[in-house]
Amino acid sequence: MTINLPLEVTHRSGQHVEFCYHCHKCTAGCPVVSAMEYGPDCLLRMVLLDQADLILSSRDIWLCAGCMTCMSRCPNDIDIAAVMDSLRQIAVLEGYQPGEPDALLFHRLFLGVVQRLGRSHEAVMLGLFKIISHVPLVNDMRAGLGLFLRGKVPILPGRSGATAEVRGIFQRCK
Amino acid sequence: MSPELKTYSFYPGCSLHSTGLEYGLSTRAVFGHLGLELRELPAWNCCGASSAHALNHKLAYALPARNIALAQKFGRDLVTPCAACFNRMKTTDYVLRTNQAKRMEIESIVGFKYTGEIDIRPVLQVLYEDYQSDRIASQVRRPLRGLKVVSYYGCLLVRPPLVTRFDDPDDPKIMAEILQSIGSQVMKWSNATDCCGAGLSLSKSSVVQTLVSRLISRAREAGADALVTACPLCQVNLEMRQTDKPNMPSFYITELLGLAFGLPQALKWWRKHLVDPRPLLRSLSLAE
Repeated sequence: MTINLPLEVTHRSGQHVEFCYHCHKCTAGCPVVSAMEYGPDCLLRMVLLDQADLILSSRDIWLCAGCMTCMSRCPNDIDIAAVMDSLRQIAVLEGYQPGEPDALLFHRLFLGVVQRLGRSHEAVMLGLFKIISHVPLVNDMRAGLGLFLRGKVPILPGRSGATAEVRGIFQRCK
Repeated sequence: MSPELKTYSFYPGCSLHSTGLEYGLSTRAVFGHLGLELRELPAWNCCGASSAHALNHKLAYALPARNIALAQKFGRDLVTPCAACFNRMKTTDYVLRTNQAKRMEIESIVGFKYTGEIDIRPVLQVLYEDYQSDRIASQVRRPLRGLKVVSYYGCLLVRPPLVTRFDDPDDPKIMAEILQSIGSQVMKWSNATDCCGAGLSLSKSSVVQTLVSRLISRAREAGADALVTACPLCQVNLEMRQTDKPNMPSFYITELLGLAFGLPQALKWWRKHLVDPRPLLRSLSLAE
């Protein structure tokens, strides 16, 4: 591990993690903290202590739902959701095994579909996710069928007319 | 109100063509009924949703920025029904407005010049600010008497408040005021802006089940028979991930407006729901 995590997080997120005085308001309001290993304010401390291996392979960074309750409550105006985004990005760049592989898989499939079609497309994305992910194939079959029967999962993607331009944007964002 | 204020650019977003089908149908029907014209942006693209900002900082701004560029050409305010799309567009607009270095970078990736002349607003805000609840009340043909609901905003309509600049982020009131103006009874609860679990629905459905079941049980405690949403992801999570029987139905705010206005199309929306709201509506003589 060669990166300096506190510097890298500040550089990517624009946030000053050192402003945290651990009032725990973020953690107290986090809807997914019960499924986490550390929780938001503990993660901020671990960033300062440069505990990259623990953080970047943790479940927590992938469990964050991006609800932004933490940053709305922070008395020091730290955008903790932006810190979480930066941690996910660093984890991928540095090649860490994700603590929640299916969450990363979902994001990759979603963006892969958008890159090719210009828009999201449930049937393609859900199909691929079901085949590749660790989630049992039978899970959500009933709900999926229900959505399909109600005409909510079109099989063929519509034409967005944005495909070429969106591919260009993906290229320039590499 | 001057006539030119009544035409808007419309960004349906991907969900309104799939899981949020009835949100799109009811939004178009209600806006049309009120004389508010929605013109869909030609060749719009996905806003990138949670996945873009989780993995690629630049993409998270560039994808929404292309849609802002399209809306700029048309020169009308942009209506975005989906809370997640609204949040990504508004966040991008905020960055373009306040951060010069990032603005130049995004402009060069997308190939446009940001003018900052158009506003981006969710459906609730447009109805409330441009049409107003007393005028909404004057359109009611079938008051939703006896329908007890809680208003559910979820996260992305109101957070972060500095960016969204919409309603009270802790105790929002606009949806309740609109719901009261069409005759429904809005129950008090403290969970209007709690998270439903959002994009974890597929990859970590157990977490979403816990959050949704808590929301449903709080809504029951408050005495509500249904929840009202303004976000396609909230709606599908509420319908798909609740565990206790009998299931509680949810409505999009625009569906209830359409029902109260007596729009005949409303009949077609109910069968799109995973939790059929018709037994509840029939019990109140609000559906045949």
